[in-house]
This record gives sequence, structure tokens and C-alpha cells, in this order.
Amino acid sequence: MTSRETARSRSGPEDASHAPGYEVAGGYELHVNGTTRTVEEAWLGESLLYVLRERLGLSGAKNACEQGECGSCSVLLDDVVVCACCVLAVDAIGSHIETIEGLTRREAAADVQAALLSAGGVQCGFCTPGFVVAVYDLLRRRPDAGELEVREALSGNLCRCTGYGRILEAVRMVQEERSRVAL
Amino acid sequence: MSRSSAPVATRPAARTRPRAGIGADAARPDGVPKVRGEFAFSSDLWMDGMLWGRTLRSPHVSARIVAVDPSPALAIPGVRAVVTAADVPGRPTYGLEEPDQPVFASEVVRYHGEPIAAVAADHPETARAGVRAIEVVYEPLEPVVDAERALRAPPLHPDGNLFRHLVIRHGDLDATGDVVVEGTYEVGMQDQAFMGPESGLAVPADDGGVDLYVATQWLHVDRDQIAASLGLPAERVRLHLAGVGGAFGGREDVSLQIHLCLLALGTGRPVKMVYSRDESFFGHVHRHPAKMWFRHHATRGGDLVKVEARIVLDGGAYLSSSNAVISNAACFAPGPYKVPNALIDAYAVRTNNPPCGAMRGFGSVQVCYGHEAQMDKLAAALGMDPVELRLHNALERFDRLVTGQVLTGTVPVRECIRAAMAHPLPPAPSLLDPPMARPGGAGLSADHADVRRGVGIAVSLKNVGYSEGFDDYATARVRLEAGVGGEPVATVVAATAEVGQGFVTIAQQIVREELGVADVLLAPAGTTDIGSAGSSSASRQTWMSGGAIQLACVAIRRQLIARAAASWGCSHASVEWDAGEAVHEGTGERRGLAALLADGAVEAEHEHHHRPTVPLDADGQGDAHLSVMVAAHRAVVDVDPGLGLVKVVQVTTGQDVGHALNPTQVTGQIEGGIAQGVGLAVMEEIVLDEGRVKNPSFTDYLVPTTLDMPAVAATFVEEPEPDAPYGAKGVGEPPVISSGPAVLAAIRDATGLALTRAPVRPEDIALAGQST
Ligand code: FES
Ligand code: FES
Repeated sequence: MTSRETARSRSGPEDASHAPGYEVAGGYELHVNGTTRTVEEAWLGESLLYVLRERLGLSGAKNACEQGECGSCSVLLDDVVVCACCVLAVDAIGSHIETIEGLTRREAAADVQAALLSAGGVQCGFCTPGFVVAVYDLLRRRPDAGELEVREALSGNLCRCTGYGRILEAVRMVQEERSRVAL
Repeated sequence: MSRSSAPVATRPAARTRPRAGIGADAARPDGVPKVRGEFAFSSDLWMDGMLWGRTLRSPHVSARIVAVDPSPALAIPGVRAVVTAADVPGRPTYGLEEPDQPVFASEVVRYHGEPIAAVAADHPETARAGVRAIEVVYEPLEPVVDAERALRAPPLHPDGNLFRHLVIRHGDLDATGDVVVEGTYEVGMQDQAFMGPESGLAVPADDGGVDLYVATQWLHVDRDQIAASLGLPAERVRLHLAGVGGAFGGREDVSLQIHLCLLALGTGRPVKMVYSRDESFFGHVHRHPAKMWFRHHATRGGDLVKVEARIVLDGGAYLSSSNAVISNAACFAPGPYKVPNALIDAYAVRTNNPPCGAMRGFGSVQVCYGHEAQMDKLAAALGMDPVELRLHNALERFDRLVTGQVLTGTVPVRECIRAAMAHPLPPAPSLLDPPMARPGGAGLSADHADVRRGVGIAVSLKNVGYSEGFDDYATARVRLEAGVGGEPVATVVAATAEVGQGFVTIAQQIVREELGVADVLLAPAGTTDIGSAGSSSASRQTWMSGGAIQLACVAIRRQLIARAAASWGCSHASVEWDAGEAVHEGTGERRGLAALLADGAVEAEHEHHHRPTVPLDADGQGDAHLSVMVAAHRAVVDVDPGLGLVKVVQVTTGQDVGHALNPTQVTGQIEGGIAQGVGLAVMEEIVLDEGRVKNPSFTDYLVPTTLDMPAVAATFVEEPEPDAPYGAKGVGEPPVISSGPAVLAAIRDATGLALTRAPVRPEDIALAGQST
């Protein structure tokens, strides 16, 4: 008996994407990283995170908990950081979505990314895109945030590898460099 | 970060040491894609026409399975396959040490969350609906969730309830001391809580085999377990390492691997599976909870005379790596101290709790809570300073462990303690501190007047690598050739799992150091092209895979020297290697890599075995360990005793690293390990109710955030380890071992409470002495 025969396979159309009901007729559009993307045949219950990662090929936002507890899925929704796992994709219709891929492309967080690397703030890297988005957002709102404020602002982003020391160091480095350049 | 003045390993006298060689803060080769969100983790994989897999897990802790009917699931449009135990064509069980764990439970369920079936469907939500539709008839049984009770209970499994009983008898068992202290201690169940959920993609192949892209710690041992259960020859099960989002021991056991392959082979289509966070809590083994009794004997002068201990580790429903964990717990039960006489009685037991196995610091973490609390108790009984007592009894090189093994490597216990203590203490808590900095932080925060400061120290000892006669090895192949433009390029092939620890950086640094080549490529890790690298666990990969790469480079150098000797018509002996060039000792003539590689590429493979170890004998005696690592931690805490709130303010450490091959990465390991140690001390625990997991989410299982994490100051104690490549010991585990016990000691110091259980919960402090 080969393993191929052991599973109880069900014959059926190989092509149709059988989402569990409530497909959105004709699909819908999302504005992502400055372009309009069409989402076809999606189930209404899909999170923004799922649609970005699995339908639009933007897997930079991560899926560590899908419960709004870790920040690995952070994206900007109309310029506000949200957990993409907690937003229904269809609720983002008409909004501007920016992901780590978009920030990277327009080099908006290049110094944050470089500092994370040189400070040693990246180990497994699963939390990293979320931290890049969170630090980018924090430092444009509060460029001079003190250590406690930085810690509080980043406390929604979990990292299991680094103990945060090198990540906080990277934030300090960016703050220093930006204030040096501003002088 | 500072470094001790101890000597560092001697390095080859290279004229122009390549930048980013050994000892440099070389950059991670995977760093740029990781910060750009472009690194492909195992949950990022995608393939045309792929299906989604999901697992049905038992809602019961212990039950008989009367019937499993997948037909309602198969009736759902979009559900493509359901696999159960009946569909496992090969060995129905798997396991790291012994195959005692069913791929799918068929007759009995032995723990909450045990897999019963797996579903493949067109959409993850359809797969979820399929899982819900499978009809299972259970007959719930009374679970056995207490390890002591399990020792006397009817067997929960044909292999019985005792995984391993290990006794260490050392010296004079009748010896007694002038001063005797005893205590019982408890450690809760910790989760690895890596951020990247278990995930992978299985792709059926034309040869009837399967390609599995998966995040794991040990590709070859996964492959062997998968192949056995699929009933396929190993070469038709090809594993490829997908991006790993952390591991910490939690990916050492098989989780979804076999299920995924069964679904892919069963449907003939690629299948992807990603555990949700709650499933991840059920899908991997945890740190063993421990119950321990210790009795320490000492002379009035403070010399340890004897340590007695009884250690019971709850291994949960299946064996996993319990044998290795209990061995460490027994061998290192006395901690890093000279103990002439010892009687250690250690048990790893099967229960109906979730299976426990490898987690960073395995075995040493649990006993450290016991031996360090005992050292403080002993110091109090002797009227001695706890630091002094530790320094006084510290193990030194050529001392013996309680296993009788003479420690021939470096054992800088005193240096680590002094380094941890040498860091300045943080300023005292002040009325001016913002509320956020007080115990309770952003939420319920303490009044300054109620805050008590405490300081504690703890020291630990653990083995590097695998012990007890296991023939541990790692394989690596290095190829050196002229690349585009004639520049030499080296390629490393190894099945070593990069799990975040930075092995990829170290691999490049070693090749740069040995061959003087700047450009070092790393081939993707997999099982198809190279032998086993062993597991990325037990702090072993720098020593083992690093050693294999180094020795492969040495073999390449030998071949290059032979080429140079041939071209000069001289003997090999008269050619030296210096700074990436062959040098004729007689004429001083030099030949660089470009010239030497003109005749084609050079390649060498090496299988690196470490010095053999031996099994422990009936008295727990024998040279069972390759080497040991030491760490000392000092913790400073602020506590509000009324509210039971703890703020860990600072942790300082001296860590025995041998030689820091990449100081930034060592710092990262130290800080990350301390976070997990602090977590176990004050917040992390899988809460069980009669075997049922109560908190499988990051909402309820708390891992430290930026606000929980104390300031860390680390000193590397660098005394090169004689046997190890470049003198480097492992660095991953020690930070997690004694950091937690130091925090407990500090809370005891602040509150005067006994606090014998980790993690310390608010009620343990606030309600101490009250019957609840
Ligand atoms: S994945 Fe969205 S918060 Fe964790
Ligand atoms: S680097 Fe691994 S979770 Fe942050």
C-alpha cells in the first residue's frame, strides 16, 4: 500500500477556490503601498494580514499570533499603525495601506533598518518587520522619546530572541544620528 | 558590555586578517532580507495549487477513542483529504529518543491537544471547518496529572510511567555536616514561545517521495522519523530548511512534519500548514515542571560536605528528550560547587500532562532554582555572605563533578561571580521615578513608599553538547573556487539549522579566518546534499558544525599547499600558509588564492566528532560530559509586597564564553537568554487544570515585553576552552539558567519570604502566610 492511496481523497474540481461561503462577488480593491490591487474570490472573513500575505504576495508582515498580541503583523492603515491580523481586509477598502515592503521601497525607514542590523537587533528576524514599522512610526511622532517612552511604545511588539537590548540600542542610534544630522 | 582581563584564545598570526573573521562583529548574512521583510520564513511559503492543512486535536486530557468518522468533513466542498492513524503507512509512532508517540492517537488520548486527524482543504477556513466536522467518539478517562502519583499508577502507556530513574552516588554517603539546611522547590512549565509558528510546505514528488520545506532544529533526525512513518526510504524524503522564527528547543521534536507529508502524498498536491498560536502551545513540547527536595551539609567554616537531592521531572505524556533532561538535572543538581559527597535521586515520569522535552538550558534550569536557594539558606545558617560562600566552594579546573568526572576544561566560576558583582548597582528607587518605572508599570502601579529593593545572586553550570556516550557529530563541506572576475569564492554546505542564533555569521567568519577569502556563500541547508549537522541545541553548533567547517577549511588549505608545492617542485613540508597565501619557506616566494585556484576548484568535506563521552554507570559515575559552561547573575528587583508586584530593575552577568567569536552576537544571546530567565522567574507558566492547558495564547501566557525587560550588563569571561574550535564554548543556554534564580533570590531579599516556587505569582507575595 503506498501512502498516496491511504489518504481518503475526495474527488472534486481541482481549480475552484472553495472559501467557506460569502465570497465577495467580483472581488474588491485595496490600495497597498501606493498601488491599487484587486482581490478576487476572497472570503469575507479574511483578515487584512491574510490577504496581504496569501493573496497579494506581501509576506513581510508576520503572523506570530493572529490575536493582536505580538505586533509582528504591524502595518500602517491611513498612516496609523495597526495589527493587520485584527483588521478585516474588506474594512481596509478605501484606506491607504502601507506595509514593510512599501516602507522599504521608499526608503522611509532605511536608517532604522540599518541601525537594527549594526546594533545586533536581529536574530531570527520574525519580529523585525513589525519593529521596523513600530520604530518608524514612533520616531516620526516622538523623535526625542526618552527610554521609558520608547519602551512603552514598543511594548506591543514581542521579541523572543533578543531580550530587546539591541533593538532599544538601535532606536537610540537612530535618534542620535537624526538629531546630529538636524543640527 | 565589558570583557574580563582573562587571556583570549591565540589566533593564527595572519598578516592581513580578513575583516569579519573570528572575533569580529561580522554582520549576519541574512540580516538585510530580515529587516526588509524579504526573508522567507516557513510560514511565508506559497505554491500554485497548494492546499491548507489543519490538525484535529483532542479536547480531552485522557480518553479512549471509540470511533473517528471523517466522512462529515469530506462532505464539505473544498475539503480534499482527511488522514488519521489508519492512514499512516509506516511506523505509527515517532520520538527523539524512542518512538513512543503516535503520529495520530487512535485508541487512547494521553494529553490535552493530542493530534487525532489532519485535514487538507482549499482554504484555511475550510480546513478549520473540516476539522470541526470530523466526528470523534471519546470515552473520557480519569487523567493522572501528578508525577508522584504516576509513579504508582497503572501504566498510561505500554512503556510504563517511569521514563528514567537516575541515581548518583558519590563519595561517602554517610557523611554529615555541622550545618544542615533543606528545602523543597518547584518550577512551573515554561513554553519556548518562539515567534514564528510551526509551519511548512510539503510537496509530493514524482518518485513517490516528498519534499518538505520546514522550520526545524535538526533536519536529518526529522527526516528519519518522517521516513519511518511514511514507510519510505530516507532518500525519498527530502527536507529543506525554511526560515526559522526562533526555536529554543521547541522545534527539536517533530510536530506537523509527518502530518503534512501524509496530506501531500494523499492528495498529490502541495500542502501548507501554519499553526495558530494556540495550536503552537499544543504542538510542541515544553520545559519540564519540577518538584525538588534538597539537603545541603556544610562544615562550620562553610565547606560543602554533602548534597542530597530528590528530583522529579514531569515529562508529560510522551518521552521526547526526557532522558537527557533528567540526566542534566541529576548531574548538575549541586551547581558549580565542589561537593565531595552526594546522593541524587532523579526521576522523569510519564503523566497525562502535555509532553515536555528540550528547552534552552534543559535540566540545569530547574535544579538551579533549588541549589541556589539552598546556597542562600546555607549562607544564612552559617552567618556567611552568600557571595563569599559561593566563591569559597566554587569549582575549579581539575575538580570533580559529582559524577566523578574531572573537569579538564576551563571552569571560571569565581571569575564569573566576580564579574557579575563588579557591575555598578542601579540607583535606589526614588520618589521622582515615573510610575511606569515602578512595580506594576503602566497599569496598577505601586506607591513609592511601598517599594522594597532586593538584590540576589545565582550561579549555574551546564554541559555543552550531547552527553553520556552519544556519538555526536556534524558534517560540513567547503568549496573554494575562482568566482566571476577571478576573485576567490567559498561555498559552505552544511545541514545546520539557523534558528536565529547566528550560526550563519559564525560559519562565514570561520571560512574567512581559515582561508583568507572575503566572499563566503552558504548553500541552503537540507538533507539531500550533505550528512547530518546534528541539532541546533545544547549550545553545540559553534563547536560541532563550526568545528566541521574549520576542519574542512584546514583540508582545503592542505590541498592548496600541495598545489603550491607541486608548482614549486618542493615538498609540502616546505610550504607554509600565511594570510591566505602559500609561502615557500626557502625562497619566500608567495602564491595567492587566485593563482592556486587557476587549476580549478578545491573542495573538502569533514565529519567532526567530539571527544567521546561515556554513559553513566549504576552509581551515576562516568565521564559523561564533553565540557561545561558557567554563568553568574546578579539581579536587582523592586517589589511592592502588598500588591505582590515585581519590577526586575537590573540583571548583571559574568559568563564563561571561552572566546567570543562575534561579541555582538554573544551579547544578543546573553540578553535574549536573560529575558527568558526573567520570564520564568516572574511571569511565564503554562497553567494546567487537571492536565488541561488554560492559557494557550499570548494574552494569557505572558512573555516579557520591553517594559518587563531589565537593564542588562554583561561581562564575557574569556578563558579559551582547550578542546573547542577557537576556544569557544556555547553561549546560548547559560544566560537562561541562573538569571531566574537570581531574580527569585532578589525577591526573597526584598520581601523576606521563602518563595520556593518559580514563577513567583503576585499572590505568592501578597497573600503569603494567608490561607486562601
Ligand atoms: S500577528 Fe497580529 S498581533 Fe500578532
Ligand atoms: S529576533 Fe526572533 S523574535 Fe525577535
